[in-house]
Amino acid sequence: MGGVRTSGDLVAWMQLTKRMKIEQAKAYVAQKLDMNVRDLTNETVMNRVREAKGLSSVIPDHVEYAGIAAKSKIAKLLDITIHSVDLYEKHMNG
Amino acid sequence: MREIITSRGDGEQITLTPDELRKDIVAGTEEAAKKGKIDALSAEEIDHMVDIFSQPGRTVSVEPGKEVVVTDDGAGLMPSWGRPSAGHAIPISDHQALLMYERVYCGDTVGLGFPDYSYKPVKSAIGYARSHYKAISMLTTIPLIYGSQPNMGMYYHPSGPVESPSDYLSKFEFDKAKEVQEQAAAHMKRDIMDVAESLYEVGCEAMNLDTTGSAGDADFWGCLNVVEEMKEKMPDMPVEMGMAGEMVMGLHGELTYKGERLAGMFPHKQIQAAEKAGVDIFGIAVNSDTGKSTPYNLSRTVTFTKAASEAASIPIHANSGMGVCGMPMTLLPPIGCSTRCAKALVEIGKADGL
Repeated sequence: MGGVRTSGDLVAWMQLTKRMKIEQAKAYVAQKLDMNVRDLTNETVMNRVREAKGLSSVIPDHVEYAGIAAKSKIAKLLDITIHSVDLYEKHMNG
Repeated sequence: MREIITSRGDGEQITLTPDELRKDIVAGTEEAAKKGKIDALSAEEIDHMVDIFSQPGRTVSVEPGKEVVVTDDGAGLMPSWGRPSAGHAIPISDHQALLMYERVYCGDTVGLGFPDYSYKPVKSAIGYARSHYKAISMLTTIPLIYGSQPNMGMYYHPSGPVESPSDYLSKFEFDKAKEVQEQAAAHMKRDIMDVAESLYEVGCEAMNLDTTGSAGDADFWGCLNVVEEMKEKMPDMPVEMGMAGEMVMGLHGELTYKGERLAGMFPHKQIQAAEKAGVDIFGIAVNSDTGKSTPYNLSRTVTFTKAASEAASIPIHANSGMGVCGMPMTLLPPIGCSTRCAKALVEIGKADGL
């Protein structure tokens, strides 16, 4: 689907964490981003969305959100548990 | 009459007439239906496959809106010369290769694994696996999936601790052959669980049991049981399970999981067992016949994939790579075949990913 270029990572997170089939995973991500499913692979739209929400992308200006910080935002946005994020936050606050 | 350019299962380019193309697709789906005792493709689905192979472009793609995600078995690591095969021999580290896979190739997920890609050797180099995983997971945004092969065959003599069942099978000592397979499965389970727990301690986001069942039904049995244990102790760590082949070999023959005999299981039954064990994504593997055409091999694969997709509710990723899921058995798969395999597996086979 294009990974961080579009929304492929977000859809993949839903398959992994909630066992969602592809159509259900796409619909869930689109609903959380308040957009239509077709735009999930629209690079122009997704570039704006990822920048606005701090979800990282392939654009150098967005790298400041990359990695564990972006994953933390993704976990909150999608309402899922990402174990690396949980552990990192535990270490930060513990 | 326009000829269709495609490849044989060994990678050699061949041409087919439209009649030959249709005949191969029909033969492939009928063979899969007979073998797996499942429905063959409908006339409409066969027409769809004929259309995919008849499209004149060198490559094809799914319709907009039908895109799927990909998982892999270390594809992101391939540029790095840290592979035993030297990968593509580019002098970069695994860390660099994976970040390129995320931000340049734009993979949806990325796989990390030890150079000797089996759980047994990972256990003895667990510090390496943990430090790599921890460091890379701080930098990646896409899911970082730690993969390895269960590879139960590694636990037999001469390199492993258990006697080989073939020594007993050749002497018709079946009970002893079964016993040593169960011992090997126990060793394999312990190693997978140890690696899983160690990686969980450093924040592992997901694990992949890749090429499950390669040593037969005892291998599959051990993997299903260890997944159940992993999900019980680490419910927030997703597990992907990719299979070794289309049928579970009955080297033991009597092992069951949740009341179902594992020997002889085809993908639509394999996925049901995997779902019961707690697997989150199931990777289907269907063997390619090197002497048959890609349309024949792909038609078989799509038939098995569709049946598996309908048999369970977890997502299914088709292991479309060298020698499996329609792809020719060659190091450099022809792109005309790989894109046609992907399109058919998603549009007709209803795969949720590749």
